[in-house]
Formats: sequence, C-alpha cells, structure tokens
Amino acid sequence: MGHLIEFRDVYKIYQMGTEAVHALDGVSLAIDQGEFVAIVGQSGSGKSTAMNIIGCLDVPTSGSYHLEGIDVSTLDDDQQAVIRNKLLGFVFQQYNLIPKLNVLENVELPLLYAGLPAGERRQRAVQALERVSLADKIRNLPSQLSGGQQQRVSIARALAGHPSVILADEPTGALDSHTGREVLGFLQKLNAEGDTVVLITHDNSIAVRAKRIVRLQDGRVIYDGDASDPRAVVQPADSGAGADAGEVRI
Amino acid sequence: MNFSQAFKLAVKSLRTSKMRAFLTMLGIVIGVAAVIVIISLGHGMEGMMNQQFDKLGANLIQVRIYGAGDGSTRTVSPEDLYALAKKYPQYISGVSPYVISQTKVRFNGEDYQHTSIYGVSEILFNSDKGHTIDGESLREGRFLQYIDVSRHQNVCVVGTFLADQVLGGDALGKTLSIGGVPYTVIGVLNKSADSAEGSQDDQLYIPYSNAIRINAAAAADKAAAAGITGGTGGTYSVDGYLVTSTDRNTAAAAKGLIENRLFRTFQDTDAYFVVTASEMMDSMNAMVGTMMVVLVAIAAISLLVGGIGIMNIMLVSVTERTREIGIRKSLGAKRRDIRSQFIIEAGTTSAIGGLLGILLGILLASAAGMAIGGYMSAQMGGGTFNAVPTPAAIGVSFGVSVGIGILFGYLPANKAAKLNPIDALRYE
Ligand SMILES: Nc1ncnc2c1ncn2[C@@H]1O[C@H](COP(=O)(O)OP(=O)(O)OP(=O)(O)O)[C@@H](O)[C@H]1O
Ligand SMILES: [Mg+2]
Repeated sequence: MGHLIEFRDVYKIYQMGTEAVHALDGVSLAIDQGEFVAIVGQSGSGKSTAMNIIGCLDVPTSGSYHLEGIDVSTLDDDQQAVIRNKLLGFVFQQYNLIPKLNVLENVELPLLYAGLPAGERRQRAVQALERVSLADKIRNLPSQLSGGQQQRVSIARALAGHPSVILADEPTGALDSHTGREVLGFLQKLNAEGDTVVLITHDNSIAVRAKRIVRLQDGRVIYDGDASDPRAVVQPADSGAGADAGEVRI
Repeated sequence: MNFSQAFKLAVKSLRTSKMRAFLTMLGIVIGVAAVIVIISLGHGMEGMMNQQFDKLGANLIQVRIYGAGDGSTRTVSPEDLYALAKKYPQYISGVSPYVISQTKVRFNGEDYQHTSIYGVSEILFNSDKGHTIDGESLREGRFLQYIDVSRHQNVCVVGTFLADQVLGGDALGKTLSIGGVPYTVIGVLNKSADSAEGSQDDQLYIPYSNAIRINAAAAADKAAAAGITGGTGGTYSVDGYLVTSTDRNTAAAAKGLIENRLFRTFQDTDAYFVVTASEMMDSMNAMVGTMMVVLVAIAAISLLVGGIGIMNIMLVSVTERTREIGIRKSLGAKRRDIRSQFIIEAGTTSAIGGLLGILLGILLASAAGMAIGGYMSAQMGGGTFNAVPTPAAIGVSFGVSVGIGILFGYLPANKAAKLNPIDALRYE
C-alpha cells in the first residue's frame, strides 16, 4: 500500500467568467501515517483549496487524490460523507461548533453519523474531551466557553471518531498568541500520541512547530521538507500583490 | 442518525424560537381546530337526528297532498285512506289526516302569531303507547276522540307555551279563540322543547274537520277582500296524512300501497308526496354529510395555507442554518441524515400544531355545543346535542397534519440535503 494521502498532479481551476483561476496548479504531494505537516503560504496561495480536497469536501479539476489508497474523485456525495466521517477530523479557524448543542453533543456528532449506540458515543466523546482537558465542561454551550476552549472542543470533536488524519485550517487564527500556542500544544501532543496532523497556517512561527513544511505559492509547491531547514521559512522575494489573487491566465 | 435523536433536535430547535414556531404552526392549528369543530357539530347534529328518529318511530310515513293542480276537485278523503288501512292491516296500522291551519290564536285580547295549529284525527294518538304518532305525549287531560272529530267539537289540545305562559297554568277547561271561534282546552302536551313562543311547545291540535272549515272561511274572506266573486277558491281538504306502518320493516310496502291508492285518484305523481321516516332520516343524514364535506373542504384550505407557511419557514431555516448543515456534512452527515432532520422538524412542527388544533377544536366544539345545544334541542323537538368529535376524526386530523408537515417539509429538507459542503461551510 502507498501513502496515507497522495496528490498526483492535482489542479483546481475556478472559472470566473472568462478567467480561469488556478487555485492549485499541478500539486504532487504525499503524506504518511504519523506525520505532522504544516502547509504554509501567503493568502490566496491555495492552502484552503488543498485542505478542502484532502478533507473530501471538494474534488480536483484534474489529477488524482488517494486517501488510504481510495481514489476519492470516484466517490459520490454520500460515500465522501462516510470517508469524512471515518477517516478525517476537521479543526476550523472559526471552531464551527453548533451553538445550540452543548459541548458533549457537539463532540458526539461525528459518532452519531457513524451510527454508534448512545452509550459508546458518550464514552468516546468524554474520552476525547479528556484528551483536551475539557471533561469538566461537557454540559456547557459553546457560547459559555472561551475561544481557546471552543477550539479544544473542536479538536476533541475531530478526535472522537478516531480518524486517520486531523486537518486543521488556521486553528490558531482566531486566538491570541498564548491560547494559540496552547492549542498548538494539543495538536503536537496528539501527533506525539500517533495521530497524523495536517496543519494549515500562514504563520511561520506556528509552522515551525510541525515536523515537515509544505510551502505553496500561486497553487504550486515551492518547498517541501523538514521544518528545521532554514529554507522552509523563507518567503520568496518575488511574491507580491499578484500572488494574492493566485495565478491568473486568460 | 435515528428518529429519536432527530426528534429531540427538532424539539430543541423549536424551543429556541417559540414565537416563530407557534406562528408557523398557527395555520395548522386553525385548520385542524376548524375541522374538529365542524365534525363535532355535524356529529352532534346527526346524533340528535337519530334520537329524534327513534322517538318518532321508524314506522312513521308522511303523506302530503298537493292536488292535481289542474283545478280539478279530485281528492283522496280520509275515508279512502281509512279503507286502505282496513284492507291491509298487516301493513298499515294507523292513519291520521292533518291540516295545517293558517289562522291565529287569540286569548285575552292578544294575538299569538306563531302558534302552529294542526287539524288531526283521534288516530294521531296511540292510547296503547301513550303518545302521538309523531312522539308527543300528554301531561294532563285527554287527546281528541272520535266523537270530537266526527261532531266537529270545538276542543283543542295545547302545548306547554299556551298552557303555562298564555293561559297561566291550570289550562284544562279554559277557552281560547281560534279563527274567531272559542275552543275549550281538553288536554295539555308534555314539554318537548323550551316552552318558548314559536317553539314546538307553541302548538295545538284541533279536529281536522274544524281546521278544514277554518281554512275555507279564511280563503273566502281573502277572496272577498280581493273582490273575487263566485267560487270558493277551490275545495278545502286535508294537507296530508300521518300514517304508521305495522313496524319499520313494512314501511316501504305501506308506502307503496299508499302511493298506488293516490295515483289511482290523481293519475299524477306530482300531486302527492309520500316519505317514510327512514327515507327522511337518510336524506337528512346525507344533507348533513354533504354540508360537513363542504365545510371540511373549506377548512382544509387553512391546512394547505398552514403547510405553505411551514414550507416557507423551513426554507428560511435552511438558509439560516446553511453553516450548520455544512458543519454536519463535514462531520459525515449523509444527504438522508440532513433531509430526515429537516423533515422531522417540519413534521414535529405540524404534529404539535395538529395536537394544539385538536385540543382547541374540542374546546370550541364543546363550548359551541353548550351555547347552541339548547337551541338545537328546541328546534328539533328534544334530544341531547353532544358535540364531541369521533376518535376517527381526531386520528385522521392528527395524521393529516403530520402528513402536511412532511409533504411541505420535503422540498426545503431536500434543498438542505443537496447543499455542497464547502459552500455551506463558507456561508456567513
Ligand atoms: N469558490 C471559489 N471560486 C473562485 N475562486 C476561488 C474559490 N475558492 C478559492 N478561490 C481562489 O483560489 C485561490 C486560492 O484560494 P484559497 O482559499 O485556497 O487560498 P488560501 O491559501 O487558503 O488563502 P488564505 O490564507 O487567505 O485563506 C484564490 O485566488 C481564491 O480567490
Ligand atoms: Mg484559507
């Protein structure tokens, strides 16, 4: 069997009127079990697009994406939903908790869609909340928690289904630097315990906490290697305002 | 996701916006309440009519004589029908002519316009059973007898309004004036309505022969007043007959005999009309049934409007909760999970609306029953008016309201189910 995540020459092209926006412009990438990868790059470089494809929320325009050896583009809506449920755990910048459900119910959601019985759901949700040290807040509503706590709930929710990959898109973006570090600490801890983590950020100081950095620019991989390598954090000089809109071809 | 979780979730989201939920279900509440009220009242009316039917006896046959309409004086006399009854005693057990008199009752210088004056024969009263063919019984005194009828005696049997209100009680032996002629009260009927003026208690019976005379005299006066000379304006005969068959099973046969006899004289089926009690009952029931269908159909429009209201709010709710739908999908919700969540929410809304509507309907129906029950009872001559819905009506209303929620919830739910997860997640 191959890699956990494998992109082969992936293109994602948005047709904006007569313009074709290449959000991903021929990306090839492989991530293995147990890695902690940070995908970095400037705004508009294609990070979120890449994450949506990894997360089976979107499909490539061309090229192929295999997750645990499955070609995701051949799957229909509901089959992708099952993949998201079983193999993926999302942590979003805006936490994306459901406001009217309490902490426990939010964390139980993926288990609910997995069809687990109530007892097991609860047990696994509580375990996941224990891993993020929030077992004492299970009856609170999201609005009764701080931003950092809410993000930890969303990490617990991502963990609860025992996914193969945890995908975090700017998980610290809405948090102050101290809380951000704390949340990042949790992700590091999960990785140390064996989970595969893919982290998306535009912040070098956060990216260096990962083991490997993939740098995107204008939808292309311009660096892929060890996080400790000084070149990993070098922003190419030629990236100007034009990069913001991605590469535009007429 | 299973039903009970979706149901809990639905209740939760209804509870977070109670006012909106209530307004959403209002159309259903009103529609269901209207249906329940209509069915309850119709049901009450049917019950009352059936009681009436039992009281009158299923063996009553009413005969109305209109005449040949060609100015001829052919008629079927009471003697003709008595002869028929004698010939077929196995079918016909009693015949009483009746004449509706158009004149007024006068007592102590006051006119009573609303009193119904019936000219009948002694046969109307069945002394074995102790009541008349049409169900009236005596409170005091006696009914008309053969001698009263054959001798044109000026005697009458009065209802309780006349006996108690007009004559001030102790009515036996008192006299009142009918068509200008003094009549002596020989009997008082039992109260059958509310003893009010114009009700079924405002009536009296006189010998039919007297009633024919009164009508003939009134017509002659009218003709004279109109300046018509010569002729009496036609012959005056009975308006019809009340006939009893030997039992309810011989009623149809008796009706046939009577019709044959009438046809022999009139040679025209439009000259008379014969109807048995069970035919009358059937046509009354059919009438009430039709009325109920029409009213329920009108009320159903409100259910339709309620359904559209639910659809509208569900569409709004799907839009408002686009992000929630995106989150759920990112966590692995399949299309059918999302669809069933919204359908169950719509169904729950309309089911609660349906239950409230049923409760409201029962309350309104019983209030209406209490308010008009007495009046109905007076109009229909007794019987209790019981405005309660049938269990079937409750079951069907509830089922229909849930069905409406599901039907009208389907479109919004399907819209939610088909949302693309990233678009939904990005939605602000
Ligand atoms: N739905 C879309 N329709 C059209 N263009 C899109 C769409 N989504 C993304 N793009 C374009 O694709 C390019 C990559 O966008 P993407 O969201 O992946 O950037 P990003 O690296 O996540 O940026 P940021 O750091 O600001 O989140 C951008 O130029 C963006 O405008
Ligand atoms: Mg992004």
